[in-house]
Amino acid sequence: MIKSKLLNSLTRTLGGIGYRMTERIWRLGAGARLFFLTIFYSGESFKRFHLTLREIYFTGVMSLLIIVVSAFFVGMVLALQGYNTLQKYGSSEAIGVLVALSLVRELGPVVTALLFAGRAGTAITAEIGLMKTTEQLSAMEMMAVNPIARVIAPRFWAGVISMPILATLFSMVGILGGYIVAVPLIGVDDGAFWSQMQANVDFRLDIVNGLIKSLVFGVACTMIALFEGFDAPPTAEGVSRATTRTVVISSLTVLALDFVLTSFMLVI
Amino acid sequence: MDLWVGVFVALGVAALLGLAMKVGNLTSSQIGPTYSVTASFENVGSLKPRAPVKSAGVVVGRVDSIVFDSKKYEALVTINIDKRYAFPKDTFANIYTAGLLGEQYVGLEAGGEDDALKNGDKISQTQDAIVLEKMISQFLFSKASEPKSDGKEADAANKPADAKSTGVKKTELGDAPF
Repeated sequence: MIKSKLLNSLTRTLGGIGYRMTERIWRLGAGARLFFLTIFYSGESFKRFHLTLREIYFTGVMSLLIIVVSAFFVGMVLALQGYNTLQKYGSSEAIGVLVALSLVRELGPVVTALLFAGRAGTAITAEIGLMKTTEQLSAMEMMAVNPIARVIAPRFWAGVISMPILATLFSMVGILGGYIVAVPLIGVDDGAFWSQMQANVDFRLDIVNGLIKSLVFGVACTMIALFEGFDAPPTAEGVSRATTRTVVISSLTVLALDFVLTSFMLVI
Repeated sequence: MDLWVGVFVALGVAALLGLAMKVGNLTSSQIGPTYSVTASFENVGSLKPRAPVKSAGVVVGRVDSIVFDSKKYEALVTINIDKRYAFPKDTFANIYTAGLLGEQYVGLEAGGEDDALKNGDKISQTQDAIVLEKMISQFLFSKASEPKSDGKEADAANKPADAKSTGVKKTELGDAPF
């Protein structure tokens, strides 16, 4: 009796793990399929480009405030912390390089992507999930309107276009924040701050690589948000769970992708 | 709404331009048409491709490539110099370090000849990078040999012989602030 109970619970646990694994892999496949469909129907959606413009407004322009404010504070904190350590080695002029390189290479793309997932990704998931719940997507199909071309693709391209712009703005505003702390507040030399930065930040190796990173994060974040919304169970609980999952999966994907991309870019 | 999207995209382009011009080296790294010369060093230290080539402290070019010459066991450094600057044939190429532990760069000291360096020429007079470990070991050796010498005469007799054996490098070491 006891033995069979133990065996039962063991099989159930193993079965649960297997079920979850299969489900994850199924979701990965479905997500990839949605991605290819989105690319495939993009041409159709570009004919009505005002839809994409509208989505750029909602995902990009509306995210400006949170991006700019957080970039400013991130830059200021970087300058403060960096100065604290650098002055021990008597090289406080290198503060400009430190702030610029950490923002352009890493923090700009990554923090922007994390904020974007929280600010715009959740909105996309909730919107599409609710469209599905209220059967708007099915209604579109009934009217021979392709929901992927009409709803998914504009949001996808809006995210992909917005993310590099937001990341660039993040880096620029962050450097300005670092400048404000380093030069007027702490008293690092103004010329050394900029000239050391210009001597050590490379356009192709640092700035363009940062842009590539943010582009990849844009594709990943937007696609995850779209898929979670598209796949959400049509209930209030389902939409709420999908929204949570968007943030969790986007953040983890961004951090993992960041490691992979960095290891590719730093090959000497 | 379209207006705001336009403003947004314009802001992005402006930020990229700002990054490229103010933060990056897009403006400063562009040196005009160049000619390339080579120089071989016994030791280049941690010199890297794209390191600056300076003369009198002004950047006049960049290091193009560093390869190992397996026949002479030397490092062959190709440098690109801006066409605007002509250097005499007997120019001296050194590897210096910016600051105490900073990056290394090639320093050119003009000689006195009338003929100028041309594309593909080789700089024959070079001086290697100073390797800190070598300097320290040489310093320790000279310290260790000091008590053995009987007096000032022997010490004085030692010095020229020493300088002869290691050539130019010894004078460089003698100036080191130990």
